[in-house]
Amino acid sequence: MQEFLQYLFSGITNGAIYAVIAVGFSMLYSSTELINFAHGEFVMLGALTLVTLWSGLHLPLVLAFIVTVGIVSFVGFVFERVAVRTVKKPDHIVLVIITVGASIFLRGIGMLLWGKDAYSLPGFSDHQPLDIGGATLLPQSIWIMAIVGAMVLGLYYFFNRTLTGKAMRACAISKRAAWITGIPAGKMVLLAFMMSTGMGGVAGVMIAPITMSSYDMGTILGLKGFCAAMLGGIGSLWGAVIGGFLLGISEAMGVGLISSSLKDAIAFVLLLAVLYVRPGGIVNAGDVQRF
Amino acid sequence: MSTQKLTKNVVLLLCVIFTICLLVSSWAQAASAYKIGGIFAVTGPASFLGDPEKKSMEMAVKAINDRGGIDGHLLETVIYDTEADPTKGVMAVNKLINKDKVLAIIGPSTTPTTLAVINFVERARIPLISCAAGIQITQPVKEWVFKTAQSDVLAVASLYSHLKAAGIQKIGILTVSNAFGESGKHQLEAQACNFGIEIAQAESFGAKDTDMTPQLTKIRKVSPQAVVCWGTNPGPAVVAKNVKQLKMKMPLFMSHGVASPKFIDLAGDAADGICLPSGKILVAGLLPADDLQKEVLIQYIDQFESQYGGKVSGFGGYAFDAVNILAEALKGSGGNRALIRTAIEKIQNHIGVSGIFNFSAAEHNGLGPDAFVVVKIKNNTWELLR
Repeated sequence: MQEFLQYLFSGITNGAIYAVIAVGFSMLYSSTELINFAHGEFVMLGALTLVTLWSGLHLPLVLAFIVTVGIVSFVGFVFERVAVRTVKKPDHIVLVIITVGASIFLRGIGMLLWGKDAYSLPGFSDHQPLDIGGATLLPQSIWIMAIVGAMVLGLYYFFNRTLTGKAMRACAISKRAAWITGIPAGKMVLLAFMMSTGMGGVAGVMIAPITMSSYDMGTILGLKGFCAAMLGGIGSLWGAVIGGFLLGISEAMGVGLISSSLKDAIAFVLLLAVLYVRPGGIVNAGDVQRF
Repeated sequence: MSTQKLTKNVVLLLCVIFTICLLVSSWAQAASAYKIGGIFAVTGPASFLGDPEKKSMEMAVKAINDRGGIDGHLLETVIYDTEADPTKGVMAVNKLINKDKVLAIIGPSTTPTTLAVINFVERARIPLISCAAGIQITQPVKEWVFKTAQSDVLAVASLYSHLKAAGIQKIGILTVSNAFGESGKHQLEAQACNFGIEIAQAESFGAKDTDMTPQLTKIRKVSPQAVVCWGTNPGPAVVAKNVKQLKMKMPLFMSHGVASPKFIDLAGDAADGICLPSGKILVAGLLPADDLQKEVLIQYIDQFESQYGGKVSGFGGYAFDAVNILAEALKGSGGNRALIRTAIEKIQNHIGVSGIFNFSAAEHNGLGPDAFVVVKIKNNTWELLR
């Protein structure tokens, strides 16, 4: 029981991070139908920028958090304006290749700015780990859960209660129809880009204290987040959240109950099985119902 | 024949002789330098190995040339970057063999690259002194292949004898799932019974994993007396953090793969109390005065730090030793590759940075378990245990 609880805590913590990355993927997909394969690199930028601002320049944590997310969003802004917007014939395959190129480029930039070494950060608060039923829960895990909860609720509010959010949803359903009703569709796409990459930054900030951050951490995290988004049903907010937690928990359980050498295999077999039964993911977003 | 014509012929002849003399002398000068090749992973994922190795090789060659070279021949180096990519390693080796026509090759930095180039140097009959750790490089013995890095066989042996002395019999192991971890796991399992140690639980983790608590929880369940983690940065630092967070009481042991100040940086407080086998370079200043290697080590460290600045790494020594061993073998060889090869096999009691080398026809690494010491991390610094 004690072990089971420990696997669960570990799974939830990792799952929360996958969920945030998946939400970023999903959001961008629902407003542009684009899979941004550079998303993992924005997570890396978030983690390493926090390293510089918080432990390098000794900014207060909250300020460092906000500035980091701002910087990462700004990089997303530049990315959209320079690399995506300027494409003459925006075929899907062309855009996807551009994002792959951008991921290699950003990784190179990360290596030049921060070097090849890994960095480590302390937790957000230096409380002692909690003891629950013999299992250990880290304060950082609680922070992560709180941030994820706040973010998901905020997004839900944004998409359902604010005009901008509703406009963005309208664009997601039909860009042309939204444009006819006077919604600036181009601006909405830009906003979606910035929010999506900003969320990548949030994921980076959250993960930096529990692991080591280095320029090449983004690829595998991006892949896991993509997996989670597919698992939940790409294009759906709740789907991404459920997918993230499911992936994280199944990984931890796989290690604990089956074998640690099969960790990644278990998660990916689960993905295949779910997609086999429900090709649209767990929350079947279908074509219309997005976010 | 008129006098004028004779004079003209004589002048022509003199010109020809002079030209030939010039050609011969310039050719002789080129031949007088011994050309040796180096292939290191200067950039790419293994640059932490290749970069100090390249610098150390250049440093060692410069020192030899400053002393007047070998038997009057200066050393000339040709160094290529493999980026830790076996394909690029093979290309570089072919270039060294066919274009640069070197006498011997030092490197590569990693085991996979070394294994890829072995066939080429064997066929071309050129001595190769690898700087990689894998035991497969010199076991079984290949005629033309040597290496200077300590094998993980020795690291495991030295760690296990420490565990045995401390009365630890039941351990849990946690290895990274790459070539380094797999090879370490293999050695840990193979040598366990020799030291009366039982591996109660064997787990692995991915090199880029962010959390190892599930694996550690599983190990804790069988309550071993110690946990041994075998990996290279940054994974083991996460393990160290997780062990502290889970409040696990048993001591944690690491591999020589994290024997660098970077590990203490990454793991912070969690590094305190961790023991690991390491080359002597990490604790050169703490070695007893009668240690044979102490002088060589301190000299190497001073030289490296004054020439390149920054802290010395434990890995550059492999190339430094390789150059010095090669230099010893080159003496009196006249640049004959077969003679160089047999001369390396005859080298005894060569005191290097990585240990004391005793080569023979059956032993192409030449190091013994005394190449390792067990160190403990205390107050963010290293402490010599044995």
